[in-house]
Amino acid sequence: MLTEPGRYDYLPLIDRPIIRWPENARVAFWVAPNIEFYEIDPPDGQGRPLWPRPYPDVLNYSLRDYGNRAGVWRVMEALERFGVRASVSLNAAICDHMPDIVDECIRLKWELFSHGVYNTRLIAGMSEDEVRHMIGDSVATIKRHSGQDVVGWLAPALSATETFFDLLPEFGIKYTIDMVPDDQPIPIKVRQGRLISIPYSTEINDIRVMGVRGYPADKWAAMIKACFDQLYREGADNGMVVCMPLHPFVIGQPHRIAALHDVLRHVTSHSGVWLTTAREIADWYYQHHYDEVVRFQAAAKASGA
Amino acid sequence: MTIDRLTYRHRRRGLDHDWFIHESTFKRPAIAWPGHKRIALWITVPIEFFPLDAPTLPVRPLGGLDRGYPDFWGYSNRDYGARIGVYRIMRVLDALGLRATAAVNAVVATHYPRIIQEIVRRNWEIVANGIDMGHVHHGKLELEKERELIQRARDTLSKSSGKRIAGWHSPGHSESTNTLALLAENAFEYVADWANDDLPYMMKTAAGPLCAMPLTHEWSDRVLLLQHNLTIEDYEAQVLHAFYRLCAEAERYESGRILSLSISPWITGYPHRISALERILAKVLDTESVWHETGLEIVQVFKNQTPAAEKQAAATT
Repeated sequence: MLTEPGRYDYLPLIDRPIIRWPENARVAFWVAPNIEFYEIDPPDGQGRPLWPRPYPDVLNYSLRDYGNRAGVWRVMEALERFGVRASVSLNAAICDHMPDIVDECIRLKWELFSHGVYNTRLIAGMSEDEVRHMIGDSVATIKRHSGQDVVGWLAPALSATETFFDLLPEFGIKYTIDMVPDDQPIPIKVRQGRLISIPYSTEINDIRVMGVRGYPADKWAAMIKACFDQLYREGADNGMVVCMPLHPFVIGQPHRIAALHDVLRHVTSHSGVWLTTAREIADWYYQHHYDEVVRFQAAAKASGA
Repeated sequence: MTIDRLTYRHRRRGLDHDWFIHESTFKRPAIAWPGHKRIALWITVPIEFFPLDAPTLPVRPLGGLDRGYPDFWGYSNRDYGARIGVYRIMRVLDALGLRATAAVNAVVATHYPRIIQEIVRRNWEIVANGIDMGHVHHGKLELEKERELIQRARDTLSKSSGKRIAGWHSPGHSESTNTLALLAENAFEYVADWANDDLPYMMKTAAGPLCAMPLTHEWSDRVLLLQHNLTIEDYEAQVLHAFYRLCAEAERYESGRILSLSISPWITGYPHRISALERILAKVLDTESVWHETGLEIVQVFKNQTPAAEKQAAATT
């Protein structure tokens, strides 16, 4: 077993290259709705139960289905109203089950990236070839339905294997959001090719804050705004990334959705904010910063820092 | 070892089961409530009995006793609802001329017959809420046993109240794969367990159609005050957020919406919380656009406007 991931170098906040976003924006702001399909009767033997109750877990299944019947459309409406696009963490099977949702994402010019096939199919314990099968299937499915080349990955239900990072570049994946060690993109070491990590968040994730901890939506909005305000200040010196992860079955509830409008109003009322997608952040970083950061890290290592 | 994990038997258009179809709430045919009202206010009051010796497996309902046997604290806290809380809620609703839908555990008929009398006197609707909170339906329950539980719950409640029982709510929103068909087989018109829509929709079962009613889970007092430990002020604000949002959507989509409130006597019925119910209802009723009825009446209005959906559901079974 590993003692540490070994996927990135230590790069302290106070000693790192300066990131400059387009038009000198202080922060890159991206929104990550997780559009997910949880099977009512997933296969057993995945290392942990997928549902809290025995089959059929009507309560928990239907709470998640709410996101696809109602919640996602409210999230779409809110983002469109404020002119903000999203990068969707998409269970690829949504393309098969609910193409109406994917079609609307395409109309909104949202990026689609892979969140595996179903949220009830974990990669934990899989062989590399099995993980390859899932990555390849998800990338091909999304491409077939949307025409988009998938360049991002978040493993389903935050499952992991030791080596899945190494397999991502084989399928054209350029970024992962499976780790959250930083407020800026960072290079990820892989066997072949290049990969970066783009900031995501478990800390201000709606599912953690409102779903698990049960905070009311206005408290969640205050957390997101505080996060944005802090990184906006720091971004004057070094460009930062603010990610707002969403789950339509959580934020898309009628008693919560106003808080999303509140956050978006706050963010879009600032100048110096790059309203963007994870794909565009990755492209920019590879083009302008990846080599510099790799060189910087190599030099730091050589000097014994 | 993981080959099953890469085999997808239900990967096709629609859902991975046949109980209902996938559809967007916002693309459904418009619903018109009587008097052109935008919101149907549907107040559900669960009347429950939590046995001291309730099993905790395989499913412990939210609110189930959790201190270990014998949990006198948990038991008596819930019993407060039957002695005090429910009558306090009745007074609030009476003063506003509101009728509720009581989701009643069958054993209430023998444990608390006084409550049944007061429900009947007010002409509230009674929805069968299983036997008690120690009899949770779940996937491992045998078919014959579950059939007996459903019939016994319904017969006990109809006999003690003299009322027709047309709606069902499973203790803890928990079902087996047979529950829906058993309900249809036993002439239930609607079920209030699934938390996936703001509107009623038609389900299909091997024994015919059934209407799914959107009993709130997310802004029930049980989730917000018990599970999430919110203050009563936060609870009040969350419920009103839901109300104002649903009002706005009803206007925008020119289609009725339902504001479902789930008010537990042993949670909201406490003296430090009951005034929040009064404040919420005062604000809700202060608008011109609210129609208030019990579950079955809402279901009947819905079904009268969606004969096509009903026929389709029945025909494709």
